Amino acid sequence: MATTVPTPTTDLRVGTAPAAGRRPETPRQRRARRLLVTLFLAPTVVGIALFTLVPIVASVLLAFFRWDVITPPTFAGLDNFVDIGADPTVRVAFLNTFVFVVVAVTLQLGIAMGLAVLVQSRMPGWLRSFFRSTLFFPLILSAASVSLVMAYLFNEDFGLVNSVLTGVGLPDVPWLTSTTGAAVVVVLVYVWQNFGFSFLLFVGGLAAIPRDVYEASSLDGIEGWARFRWITLPLLSPTVLVASVMAVINALQIFDQPYVLTRGGPGDSTRTAVMVIFESAFQQLQFGRAAAIGVVLTLLIMAVTAVQFRLSRRYVFHQ
Amino acid sequence: MATLSPAGASGLQVRPGPRPVRRRPVPRAGTVGKFAVLAVAVFLTLGPVAWTVWTSFRPQVAGAGVQPGFSAYVDVFRQADVLLLVWNSVLVTSLCALGQMVTAAMAGYVFARVQFRGSGALFAVVLATMMVPLQVTIVPVFMLIRGMGLSDTLLALVLPAVPTAFGTFLMRQYFLGLPDDLAEAAAIDGAGPLRTFSSVYAPLALPGMAIVGILAFNYHWNEFFRPLILTVSERNFTMPLGLVSLQGNLGTGSVSTVLAGVVLSMVPALVVFVLGQRPLREGLTAGVGK
Repeated sequence: MATTVPTPTTDLRVGTAPAAGRRPETPRQRRARRLLVTLFLAPTVVGIALFTLVPIVASVLLAFFRWDVITPPTFAGLDNFVDIGADPTVRVAFLNTFVFVVVAVTLQLGIAMGLAVLVQSRMPGWLRSFFRSTLFFPLILSAASVSLVMAYLFNEDFGLVNSVLTGVGLPDVPWLTSTTGAAVVVVLVYVWQNFGFSFLLFVGGLAAIPRDVYEASSLDGIEGWARFRWITLPLLSPTVLVASVMAVINALQIFDQPYVLTRGGPGDSTRTAVMVIFESAFQQLQFGRAAAIGVVLTLLIMAVTAVQFRLSRRYVFHQ
Repeated sequence: MATLSPAGASGLQVRPGPRPVRRRPVPRAGTVGKFAVLAVAVFLTLGPVAWTVWTSFRPQVAGAGVQPGFSAYVDVFRQADVLLLVWNSVLVTSLCALGQMVTAAMAGYVFARVQFRGSGALFAVVLATMMVPLQVTIVPVFMLIRGMGLSDTLLALVLPAVPTAFGTFLMRQYFLGLPDDLAEAAAIDGAGPLRTFSSVYAPLALPGMAIVGILAFNYHWNEFFRPLILTVSERNFTMPLGLVSLQGNLGTGSVSTVLAGVVLSMVPALVVFVLGQRPLREGLTAGVGK
């Protein structure tokens, strides 16, 4: 089998360089090449067209119609958008999502970067690989079962968290039955499960910083916080950009955790944007409205990502 | 690689001349603090998992207190059709993973090694679809599945998941890393394009395909949103859906039973994690230019 295992490159060039000095193609060879292209691309290209491209266009169109599957769709113009703008539930859901993204992403990136710096600092190799693998472990579990487990841990009456709190003389906290408590649990559970992804990115980014930079700085007596602030952070800034863009896109789509933990409650306190898409479409059978919320969410994701890239011009340090 | 510009690190200059690198001994307190923080992080990461396993073996039996043993696991099998859930999950997950491995390898190969008109534009379109959130397309996909007569079937979970933009991207990168000479050698030996792929390049790309497969397995084994929408009847539920409904039906009475189900569902994820840790890590962070 494989004698040399190449690592995936990040080379973005398209196609291969034309084989210089090769004989021109015979018609037979051309037919064979075209057949190969068609045959090999068909499953992916047709599949993506059918299950992603067409649905995108359909979603955008659907957003301008009223449709409950039973009666034929009727053109509604901008009504769906006006409706969702006026609907307090949708507005709260988007506001919740926004607050959630800000808090969860800040925590996620902060924890991930802190732990990555500690793990990449000087320590025996086996210990480093132990930390590297255990810390990203939650990432591979299903959000649904993690949320089930956490619902028990944060249960007000018999959960372990409150047992510990009362054990040290603190009062019980109504984690999942109060509006603030539920929101806090959703954030904690989400961050617990997802910080590992940013952690992996930061570990990779830190490992890519050349050692001699540190050696040079240490000659100048730059150590500790100053070293982190003026050397590590600038050299890590491209990774920070990637990690924050991915974390934000991910967090904007949160659904599993609040759905399993609280079903959006108490009240609307943990209802998120994706949850109102789900409810509009599959519980209230308002497909046009669901599509409209989806379009708004996508535009929001695109806008936030664009802002992040713009802001990054100021802090990303290019070598 | 790095030349520090003055703007990036003000006042940083490397003094010339050979001088041994001065190593300040790391302060003791700092080291202790570092490992204390890491230990707490590991405890918080593994703690809930350990608690889940521990509790699943110590079910609360009415009137008899805690009864350590496997009875919660027996209960799971009694109260839910666990074998069916596992079977559904295994079927969906492995079909998705296998399908992605094969189609991504084929498409990635063509994008990396075969020239054709429109290659660049087509690849750009495929890449762009990676950025579209699943929730935006779910309503039309649901309609499409209904239209195809596949609603409430396991195929509805597999079919849309097989064409993979990310997998194609990953495999293309992988094939770009393989040497060109092999194709020439194969051509001299009289191999056609199909033969060159199947006998030369595909075997060499198996590690890359493994990354695609492991990622797909992990993702679809844990998937909740799509199965929640695309399946209706319990006989088509996958593991995560089954567990959540198990909790709903039982109320708060038997924590251990639900947790036993969670442990069962974690086992394959754990196996994949242990066996495929490196490929998993590389795959998750692939395509992130450093």
